[in-house]
Amino acid sequence: MLEIHELVAKVEGKQILNGLNLTIKPGEVHAIMGPNGAGKSTLGNVLTGRAGYEVVSGDVTFNGKNLFELEVEERAREGVFLAFQYPVEIPGVSNMEFLKASVDARRKHLGLPELSSFDFMKLARESSQKVSLDPAFLKRGVNEGFSGGEKKRNEIMQMMLLEPGLCILDETDSGLDIDALQVVAAGVNAMRDNHRSFIVVTHYQRLLDYIVPDYVHVLANGKIVRSGDKELAKELEAKGYSWLEKESV
Amino acid sequence: MSAPTSNSRQSIPAPQSPFQKHALALAAMQNITGTAAGSLLNLRQQGSHEFERATWPGRKVEHWKYTSVQSLISYENASWAGPATLSREFLQQQLIPLQATRLIFVDGVFDPTMSDMMPEGVSLFSQADVEAADIIDNYLGKVAGSVDASRRNLFASLNSAWTQDGLLIHVAHNVILEKPVYLVYVNSPQQSAVTNVRTLLVMEQSANLQLVEHFLSADSSVASHNFVNAMTEIQLGQNAQLHHTRLNLEQESVSHIGAVHINLMRDSAYNGFTVSEGSKLKRLDYQMNHCGQGASLILDGVYLARHDQQVDYHTCIEHRVPHCTSQQVFRGIVGDKAKAVFNGRIHIFEDAQKTLAEMSNRNLLTSNTAEINTKPELEIYADDVKCAHGATISQLDETALYYLMSRGISPAQAHTLLSFGFINELLASQPLEAVNTWLETWLRNRFSEDRSLISDIKPAVGTGGSH
Repeated sequence: MLEIHELVAKVEGKQILNGLNLTIKPGEVHAIMGPNGAGKSTLGNVLTGRAGYEVVSGDVTFNGKNLFELEVEERAREGVFLAFQYPVEIPGVSNMEFLKASVDARRKHLGLPELSSFDFMKLARESSQKVSLDPAFLKRGVNEGFSGGEKKRNEIMQMMLLEPGLCILDETDSGLDIDALQVVAAGVNAMRDNHRSFIVVTHYQRLLDYIVPDYVHVLANGKIVRSGDKELAKELEAKGYSWLEKESV
Repeated sequence: MSAPTSNSRQSIPAPQSPFQKHALALAAMQNITGTAAGSLLNLRQQGSHEFERATWPGRKVEHWKYTSVQSLISYENASWAGPATLSREFLQQQLIPLQATRLIFVDGVFDPTMSDMMPEGVSLFSQADVEAADIIDNYLGKVAGSVDASRRNLFASLNSAWTQDGLLIHVAHNVILEKPVYLVYVNSPQQSAVTNVRTLLVMEQSANLQLVEHFLSADSSVASHNFVNAMTEIQLGQNAQLHHTRLNLEQESVSHIGAVHINLMRDSAYNGFTVSEGSKLKRLDYQMNHCGQGASLILDGVYLARHDQQVDYHTCIEHRVPHCTSQQVFRGIVGDKAKAVFNGRIHIFEDAQKTLAEMSNRNLLTSNTAEINTKPELEIYADDVKCAHGATISQLDETALYYLMSRGISPAQAHTLLSFGFINELLASQPLEAVNTWLETWLRNRFSEDRSLISDIKPAVGTGGSH
């Protein structure tokens, strides 16, 4: 469902991704680990089409479509979802209004009828309970005054509502306490099925005890330098990344 | 410091502009009656005297530097507006459905048939009883008159010169008015007519009130070209509490110069909210004086300007005594060729130790031809105070736009949501639910009827197509 071929990308004139290859089949969970500055977050931003992330060469197909021919919002409607490392606070725009607009856009794209306000409210309340967020948060500004953990749970709630085909979690575990981590992992696990795929970007092996990946890749110097199964993550936790970084140069 | 008049010319009578001459002639046409006539005549005489001698605002007058009063030329032959009547439908459709004592003024004249009964303590100047006449004598013109002569606004003087009648709201000692007072000022369709509005609010010790002032036009399909000069004076007694909403939402063809003057006595609290839409000429001054220790003041403001409208806010807070606070948050969105001014002056006297004063002004520019002039003026003579100010002029936040679009929301809708949110953040914190809901709908209509208040500056689209 996702094929990344020889992807080279620049941020502010600096080349960050140096020929990255990755193939993800439906239903698979791929963990991407690596040291700071390896290009982990860049990958998520390039895939979603963030301004300032320039594709130099290579291509990416998602469900047979050339991703780079689509605008940011079109990729989202096609089913690419990025759970942000640093979710954005937008005071004055209520969470409910934001979520409804997102879900309406996705449903319209899929040829489904818009949900009534009542049905949407009900759905949003159920989702908020699944990630242990007080439904009162729905009335507040988007992420406004939320704690770090609340913001991350809000990201997972959005993922549940949008039902994307590809979910990219960008360091969703960073800074989370163990309770919040378990809530986030349970939310992700509940969404795993034979069709939906995940890219789990993380710095720490701990998350992978809760979200067990099919594959683990190590990203260093802008490309994947080693791939394996979940045992690789444990090896990395014990040995660090430096031995792989040296190999990749 | 900026004294607009030059000292060397004070002995010579200032040359009168045609508008000044005509305005004084208009004043001479009015008849003053009632128990309070003596006080009114004094006020008018002093106002005329000051207005006659005032320097006409031009580019070289600091407080009018960015706002031209050129359009007042069209009132050089104007007459007094009115009389006019309103339809019941208009009232049902255009006014805020607020559980309140509603008093309606059409072109500055009270309309008893459309209004609720005046509660105790509320009366027109012309119908004042002996007690009310006493209060008028004690306070009318005195709150506004506490401004330094060098800083006095000539249109405040004009308002006094033009005061034939007005409304007194007197809230007695310990009285809590459960129902808000909702004052509605409607402009009827008129060609270049003038209107004067004068309101005096006197709150005694520990009195409590919610006041809403709403300026609007009677019919959106027919233009009103009125010139409105509206002044409200507020005397807050010890420990009194006021929430004051003032909405300036007339048609853009109306010229409006308005002022709110407030004296805060010991431990009193003023909580203000002002919303304005730009027009041909719109100038609003808030003059606030901390006169007793422990007083607190909050003033939130929102302005929108599009087409070739202008809107100009001048606020001035005089911290004369210790242990008082002032917090101002103003936000504006300016598009097309519109022009906005925010000039916030904070003056902390030498004795006003332990003052806390904060002021923030954030602006969103939605076109390359719009203009914003924001200017903090801080004069601090005390050494143990906290004072913070900040002003920004920006476009929408790129990261927030990306966040919304990454959820499938179109760039156009993302721009709308963010522009709306920028203003809505201030609306949402106001206490009168009915006012908030009404304003939210009004704001949504503004954003949906044309896109000039929504940034058209599109962010570069990420990696798409750039191979």
